Order: sequence, then structure tokens, then C-alpha cells
Amino acid sequence: MAVTMTRITVLANPKRFLDYSSTLLPWTGGLAFLLLAVGFYWALFATPPDYQQGQTVKMMFVHVPAAWMGIFVYSLIAGASLGSLVFRHPLSDVAAKSAAPLGAAFTALALFTGSMWGRPMWGTYWQWGDARLVSELILLFIYLGYIALWNAVDDPNRAAKAAAILALVGAADIPIIHFSVEWWNTLHQGPSVTRGAIDPSFLWPLGIIALGYTVLFLWLWLLRMRTEVFDRRARTLMLAKGA
Amino acid sequence: MAEFFAMGGYATYVWPAYIATILTLSVAVVMSLRAHAKARENVRRLELEIGEGDKQA
Repeated sequence: MAVTMTRITVLANPKRFLDYSSTLLPWTGGLAFLLLAVGFYWALFATPPDYQQGQTVKMMFVHVPAAWMGIFVYSLIAGASLGSLVFRHPLSDVAAKSAAPLGAAFTALALFTGSMWGRPMWGTYWQWGDARLVSELILLFIYLGYIALWNAVDDPNRAAKAAAILALVGAADIPIIHFSVEWWNTLHQGPSVTRGAIDPSFLWPLGIIALGYTVLFLWLWLLRMRTEVFDRRARTLMLAKGA
Repeated sequence: MAEFFAMGGYATYVWPAYIATILTLSVAVVMSLRAHAKARENVRRLELEIGEGDKQA
């Protein structure tokens, strides 16, 4: 009886989520693979060298979308965390928790590819005085702290609450990253894409890789959310079995 | 082809950037797929074990 009650109250929404997501999985996975194959091929083989940057412009195609994703995913986590605190929707903390390692991976990639570009173009891999670089590194630390917090607290409800608060506090870094290149005049250049200062021959592969990253993220996010729903269901079943 | 790999003299920066990207994303895909398959199998096994209680729901 206890099992039945828990399932109805806690897993009503997740159950429907499992149905919907299972139809989406093959489509998002396939589309992500296709977009990234086309995007990487286009970026590497079909773009000219930049008139100023030479072939280092090749790194822009993987760097800029990775940085976008780091911010985009964090915004989703902050939104889901707000939903978790305010509406207590059972899927919102699942959504936030599952997205975090993916956002951290994109942020780490943005930092690494950026420093690969910085060495030949700026003459340095890293500059502590640059607001964009440092605020991006802080974003990675916030991600890692957020993941560590989830792992540190055993009770999922308490972990969800603590993690949601951390996610909302950490959201202060997002506008800082965005405006850092305008507020402080340092190494990192301002946005070229939104200013229209980028040639169409570069914009196409950049856009396709950005879309590919987004769809790849959606696919892996769904997979990870399903994993979390299964894990929670397994925990409930284990408790029922023990009782 | 050699010219392509040389990346205009920037090979030591361009290729690590691409290799790190492809490697990181591939690891994310493999880890997510594996964890998903394992968790789904785990639930299936537990549901089979409990069996009877589940039908009432």
C-alpha cells in the first residue's frame, strides 16, 4: 500500500516524462550527431583562414558555442531551481541536477579552447586580470560546487533545496560574464556575432555547431533526467522491498 | 593534406582544441548512455522482484 501511495504522489509526473522522453531520445540523438558531423566538417574543411587570425579562427567554431552553452545550461539550472523552490515540481530538481555536469563540461571546454586560442593570439594562455576569463572560471567552480553539494547531502529533498539556493546565488555570475567585455576593457574581445561583425562563411558553421551542441545537450539532458528518475524509483522500490 | 594538418603553423593549438572537444563530448555521451541503461535495468529488475505489489497500482 505504501508503495502505491508513493508512486501516485511522487512519480505521477515523472511517469509521463518517461513516456514522452523515450520517443524524443532517438530523434535528438540522431539530429545532434548529424548537425555536429556537418558542423565540424564545415568548420575544418570548408572555411577560409581569417585575414587577421589565420587558421586560429578554427578554434572559434568550438570555443564560442561551448561558452554559450555553459551560460545557457546554467540559466536553465537557475530557472529549474526557482521552480523547485517555489512550485516544488518533482521534476525541476531532477532537471537541474541532471544538467549540471553537462554545463560544467561545456564551460571547461570554453576555458580550454579559449586558452589554446589565447596563446598564439594574445601571447598568453591565461590572464588573471581579464574579467571575462576569471568570471568564466568562477562559473566552472560554481558548477563543480553545485555538483559536489548534490553528492554531499544524502537526503534528496534536503540536497535539492540546498543546491537550488546555491544555483540561484551563483546566477549572479551570469550577467557578470555577459557584460564583462563591456564593463572592463581587457584582453577578451567583445561579441562579434550579435554585432554582425562576422563573415557569413564563418557564421554558418558556427551556427550549425551551436545548434548541434544545443541538441546534443537536450539529448544527454533527457537521458540523464531519465537516469535520475529511474534511480529515485529504484530507491523507493528498495524501501518498499525492505519494509 | 600535410598543409591541412599544419593549420597555417597553428597545429599545436588548433588540434588540441578540437581533440579536447570531441573527446569530452564523446565521454559525456558514453557515460550518459551507460548510466541510463544501468538505471533502467535496475528498476526493471526491482519491479520484477516486487511484482505482485506493482499490479495493484
